[in-house]
Amino acid sequence: MFRKLHDPGQAALRVYIDGVAVPAEAGESVAAVLLRQEAVWSRLTPVKGSKRAPYCLMGVCFDCLAEVDGVGSVQTCLTTVQDGMRIARQRGKRSLGA
Amino acid sequence: MKADVIVIGGGTVGAAIAYGLAQRQQHVIVLDGDDRDHRAARANFGLVWVQGKGTNMPEYQLWSRRSCERWADFSKGLLDITGQDLHLEQKGGLVFCLGDAEFEARRTTLQKLHNQLGGEPADCEMIDRSELERIMPGVAFGSEVYGASLGHRDGHANPLRLLSALHAGIQRLGGTIVSATLVEKIQSNSSGFTLGAGLENYVAPRIVIAAGLGSQKLGALVGLDVPLRPQRGQILVTERFVPILPLPCSGLRQTREGTVMIGATQEDVGLDAATTAVAAAKLSTRALRIIPALATATLVRQWAGLRVLTPDGCPVYAQSESHPGAFVALCHSGVTLAAVHAETIAQAVIDGSLPSSLDVFHQRRFDVPEAA
Repeated sequence: MFRKLHDPGQAALRVYIDGVAVPAEAGESVAAVLLRQEAVWSRLTPVKGSKRAPYCLMGVCFDCLAEVDGVGSVQTCLTTVQDGMRIARQRGKRSLGA
Repeated sequence: MKADVIVIGGGTVGAAIAYGLAQRQQHVIVLDGDDRDHRAARANFGLVWVQGKGTNMPEYQLWSRRSCERWADFSKGLLDITGQDLHLEQKGGLVFCLGDAEFEARRTTLQKLHNQLGGEPADCEMIDRSELERIMPGVAFGSEVYGASLGHRDGHANPLRLLSALHAGIQRLGGTIVSATLVEKIQSNSSGFTLGAGLENYVAPRIVIAAGLGSQKLGALVGLDVPLRPQRGQILVTERFVPILPLPCSGLRQTREGTVMIGATQEDVGLDAATTAVAAAKLSTRALRIIPALATATLVRQWAGLRVLTPDGCPVYAQSESHPGAFVALCHSGVTLAAVHAETIAQAVIDGSLPSSLDVFHQRRFDVPEAA
């Protein structure tokens, strides 16, 4: 499992992953936060429902897709955390409304 | 190499005919083109469609109807032989109308076709917005959506799975597919035809030219002059969504995998299969007027293909008079017509003559002398 090498201290934010509050640091990506979680997966694939986690971390592989503040299929490696952000692991196909 | 029949062209049209021939115990060789050739079969939208086809040629409407009626058995046959599911659904199909002017124009077009068909019962109806909302409860339609025409026989399938299954089926039934083969010469003699491709010769008493846009050049070698033109169609594809669209629509269909396909342009640009930003903008704009929530969809692919169009847009089936045994089969509805191509056309090639009911599709209909 991944962990941060330093304590963000004053820069610490709080985001919610599937409703659970977790700490984050200003300036880091949502994918980085997801990688530090015990359940280290960000989505289930649309067809077979297998687990995927952030992989390339540079916007190419699309494996880090998750729902962020109600919007589905967000590339979390390209999305910077904001205080209070609500992140949901994406389970299968996206809904058109999300 | 020798065969009972050689089919030139391994796209959806050629492969369907070859599959039908192989099912009828013919030893068939398919000479397929190069990966860089224009391949309408690999750019297809995937509708199995009747609605609106055949204005001014009602036989084309009836021919399409017959194929749609045969499609379920055809698909089942391919599944049994190859294990491939074509994702066929035939629960009806829609053409959306934005505003009452489009709605009335659509009604007029379909009524004209219905009148040309004589006594055939209608298989289309115009439905208003409230009926649309009843059929598609999960969709929030744009404010301009006035209604749609609903074709009860229409449906869709996965066109790439169809092509793949046909190729697998041909080979499973003992046929041979030779890829990257450009037919350069066709010579005929008393025992049939010798086709020259590179260093190889292929010999058969019967040949079928189904080489899409390449057919004009090949047909001319055996007295089959068919005028053809390419028409570019571009398609956009979204990421996969949970099921939204229970029915396929002209220009908007959701695949079994969940992607939404948005198509298709009709552009006269010659042999240019490039994608353009202006087409993407046009296709997206129309799709958002129908379903505004698609604005948030991620587009994952855009592609273009070239339709194979005759002057009237209807198919051509003919046997050469100067070179009997040489047939040509061309159309831009290779998916819809695949079922009848595998049955009626394949059988006609074996019989050595096309049924008289298909006379109307002979290319001599284009031989009208120009007025002075």
